[in-house]
Amino acid sequence: MSNLDSFFGFRRENNRVGVRNYVAILPVDDISNAACEAVANNIKGTIALPHSYGRLQFGEDLDLHFRTIIGTGANPNVAACIVIGIEPDWTKKIVDGIAETGKPVAGFSIEQHGDIATIAAASHKAKEFVHMKSGLLREECDISELWVATKCGESDTTSGLAACPAVGNMYDKWIPKGIYGCFGETTEITGGEHLCKERAISPEIGEKFMATWQAYQDEVVEPYKTSDLSDSQPTKGNIAGGLTTIEEKALGNLQKIGKEVKYIDVLGPAEAPKSGPGLYFMDTSSAAAECNTIQAAAGYVVHCFPTGQGNIIGNPIMPVIKITGNPRTVRTMGEHIDVDVSGIVKREMSMSEAGDKLMECIIRTANGTLTAAEALGHVEFVMTKLYRSA
Amino acid sequence: MSVPHLIVHDKEDNVGVVVVEGVEAGNDLFCVVTEDNSDFTIKTNHDIPIGHKVALQDFKEGDTVIKYGEDIGKIVQDVAKGDHIHTHNLKTKRW
Repeated sequence: MSNLDSFFGFRRENNRVGVRNYVAILPVDDISNAACEAVANNIKGTIALPHSYGRLQFGEDLDLHFRTIIGTGANPNVAACIVIGIEPDWTKKIVDGIAETGKPVAGFSIEQHGDIATIAAASHKAKEFVHMKSGLLREECDISELWVATKCGESDTTSGLAACPAVGNMYDKWIPKGIYGCFGETTEITGGEHLCKERAISPEIGEKFMATWQAYQDEVVEPYKTSDLSDSQPTKGNIAGGLTTIEEKALGNLQKIGKEVKYIDVLGPAEAPKSGPGLYFMDTSSAAAECNTIQAAAGYVVHCFPTGQGNIIGNPIMPVIKITGNPRTVRTMGEHIDVDVSGIVKREMSMSEAGDKLMECIIRTANGTLTAAEALGHVEFVMTKLYRSA
Repeated sequence: MSVPHLIVHDKEDNVGVVVVEGVEAGNDLFCVVTEDNSDFTIKTNHDIPIGHKVALQDFKEGDTVIKYGEDIGKIVQDVAKGDHIHTHNLKTKRW
């Protein structure tokens, strides 16, 4: 195998392959964050994933909450999980969901025990899990076992010229080799939705995308917009970087899906792909932390994040690789950049060379090299909320 | 090939993107079209930051701006060739 055809990962009980090896301490709800953080503080080699929700949610919004937490615990970058909730029922629901992968998982609830006893019991279990996971070895895996998601942020015009098409070049080369890909950002397709529709594998999937895109326009943009979304889309950073309209932003964004590949299905938020290897569109927010969190919850293990002006996002369980084509961003905030493709705008680097440079970085990252965001401690974990809680 | 100051995606685009820092009014910009590697020069009328757009033609209010060969919005005040194009003179047709 050549060096772009394989990587060294952790094979899990369900045969999925992870590139990181976390023991995650997952709160079911916001009020269990403190206990989770205390366990992570007690036991080295664990990571707590505090968040803001999980109480009084209902219906589709609650389903998404469960899918996100269960999916995060089920992600193959996680070797084992501790789940802590205020009460036992929802805690058990999440434990049971994660346990379907076959990985070690244990749940603890706080009511009638208090924080201190819960933290003590969970810490003992977390320590067992840390000993177990730290003895696991990486094995060589075919590239087809890698799941790579993408989303761009703080984009500027160089994103569409260089960083986004470099990601597209990677997908054009690796999707035919059998990897799973994922793009989203429903609102940011606006202005390019006709082009996105054409990139579906079939007219039916194209219509499924259009229905998803139109639903956001009808259910969110129309009822809640003021004059337009100009204060948010494009963002202030986008505008500083030279992007003027949502249409221009969308056309740059869509460069991430390359020139050849077709997406084979449309996923709901945090929904795991079920149609085999290939590229998927996921209905996501265009806010970086929300999008990345639900892509990780769907099972993606590495993320490619093109930026123009310098978005600094990371994720607690999924390494996020930053790519930029803006030479000023490389100069002013190079510590956040993993792959510099500014050679494209200087005509010193071809798009294929940029794609190869990114793929080499993905392999290194999959093998264990930390990304800039990991080294800088970026662990943004943000739930997507569909509507107000009860 | 020398380093471009301005990059244009498609032959039919009527704007290009500044890809170097320090462009000032009156500069002659060396422009490259990505689609076919053709090149030309254009004089800019304004100081233009990296990443921002330059008009490759005169525009009247209501004209459509083309980038990536696609419609990216409408001109809302007259623009001369070489001008800076941004939120003050280009608006979305959506929302």
